[in-house]
Amino acid sequence: MWKYANPTYFLPLVARLLPWTAGLTAALLGVGLYMTFFIAPADYQQGDTVRIMYIHVPAAWLSVFCYMTMAASALGTLVWRHPLADAAQKAAAPIGAGFTFICLVTGSLWGKPMWGTWWVWDARLTSVLVLFLIYLGLIALWQTIEEPGRAARAAAIMTLIGVVNIPIIKFSVDWWNTLHQPASVFRMGGPTIHPTMLWPLMIMALGFTMLFITLHLMATRNEILRRRLHRLTLLAAGSGEADMAGRRLVDQEA
Amino acid sequence: MRGPLTALFLREWRLARRIGGGGAMGVVFFLILVTITPFAIGPDLNLLGRIGPAILWIAALLATLLGLDRLFQADHEDGSLDLLRMAETPLELIVLVKCLAHWAATGLPLVIAAPFFGVMLALDGEALAGVTASLLVGTPALTFLGAMGAALTATLRRGGLLLSILVLPMTVPVLIFGVSTAGAVNDASLSFSTPFLVLCALTLMSAAGAPFAAAAALRSLGE
Repeated sequence: MWKYANPTYFLPLVARLLPWTAGLTAALLGVGLYMTFFIAPADYQQGDTVRIMYIHVPAAWLSVFCYMTMAASALGTLVWRHPLADAAQKAAAPIGAGFTFICLVTGSLWGKPMWGTWWVWDARLTSVLVLFLIYLGLIALWQTIEEPGRAARAAAIMTLIGVVNIPIIKFSVDWWNTLHQPASVFRMGGPTIHPTMLWPLMIMALGFTMLFITLHLMATRNEILRRRLHRLTLLAAGSGEADMAGRRLVDQEA
Repeated sequence: MRGPLTALFLREWRLARRIGGGGAMGVVFFLILVTITPFAIGPDLNLLGRIGPAILWIAALLATLLGLDRLFQADHEDGSLDLLRMAETPLELIVLVKCLAHWAATGLPLVIAAPFFGVMLALDGEALAGVTASLLVGTPALTFLGAMGAALTATLRRGGLLLSILVLPMTVPVLIFGVSTAGAVNDASLSFSTPFLVLCALTLMSAAGAPFAAAAALRSLGE
C-alpha cells in the first residue's frame, strides 16, 4: 500500500481506477436519483419537499468526510512530509467547500417551505457555515503562500486547528435545542427513518462518496501533474538561460 | 539577572508601547468603531442599550485583530525570530509570553476603555460591569487564537487580510459566550456564572493549545 504513496506509482494507479470509480458514481447516482424522484414515498407532512433530503443529507455527510480526509492528509504532511499528502490535502479543499455549499443551499431551500425561513442562526446551521468559512480560508492560504512545501505545512496546521469544529457540527443538535432535527440515521438504537426512505438515502450517500473519491483522485492527479509541469517549465527556462549565456560567451570569443 | 522570559516580556511590552503606539491606536480604533455604529443603526438609546454589549464585543474583536499581524512578522523581518527559534527556551513558552505581552499592551487598554465607551452606548451600571468582566476574561482568548493565524501568515507580505479570514471563524465561540455573559447580567432569568465560566474555559483552553499550534507553524515556516 505504501508503494502507491509514491507519485510515480500513484499516477498509473489513478489511471486504472478512474474509469471504475467514475462508472460506479454514475450508476449509483443514476439509481439513487431515480429512487429519489419515483420510488421513495412523499412524506405525510412535508409532501414532495422531503426529496431534498436525498441531496442535502449526503452532501452534509460528505462535507465532514472530506474535512476528515483533509485532516488525515495534513497528518501525512506534518508527520511523514509526504508530497502526495500535500497534493491530496490541496485537492480536497475546493471539493469540500463545494459539498458544504450544496449542503447549505439545499438546506436553505428546504427550510423555506418547512420552517418558513431561508436561514436561522441555530447551532447546526452556524457550525456548518463556519466549516464553509474554514474551507474558504484554507483555499485562500493555499493561494497566498507561493512555495508549495511551505503552503502545505501551513495549511496542514490550519486544517488540524479547524478539526475542533467537526465534533461541534456532529453534536450541535444534541447539545443545543435547535430547530434542525437531531440525527436519525447514525444514532444509538438504530435508524428511526423508514426503510423505504433509508434505502434511497443510503444509495445516494454511496453515490456521493464515490463522486468525492473520483473527484479527489482526479484533483490529486492534476495537482501532481501541475507541479511536474511547473518544475519542467523552470528547468526549461533555466537551460534556456544557460544556452543564452553560452551563446554570449561564444559571441565574446568570436 | 532577569530570566529570559521576563526579558522577552519587557522587550515586547516596550516595543509595543514605543513603536506605532499599538495600545493607544487600538483604543482609538475601538472608539471609532463604537462611534460609527450609532450612525449606522440610528441613535435610539433603548436599541443601543440592548445591543451595546454586542457592539463592544465586535469592536474589541476587530481592534484585537488590528495589531496581530505584526506579532511575529516584525521579528521575522529583522531576524530576531530565528534567534528565538534557536534559543534554549522552548518556542511554545516564547509564543505564550509574546501573546501575554501583546494582550497587556493592546487587549488590556481595550478592557479599561470599555466601561467609558459603554456609557456612550447607554449601558447602565450592572451591564457595564458585566461587559467589562466578559471582555477581561475573553480578550486573551482572542489574542491566543489570533497568534495561531499570525504565526501561519508571518512570512507573507500582505498577511493581514488572510489572518482575519483564518482567525475570525475560530473566534465564534468566544464571541457567543462573551456576549451572552454580558447579556446575562440584565436578565434575571439567566445565570451569569454559566456563560462566564465557559468563557474562562475557552480562554484557558486557547492559552493551553494555541502556543503549540503557533510554535509548530513558526518552526515549519522557518525551514
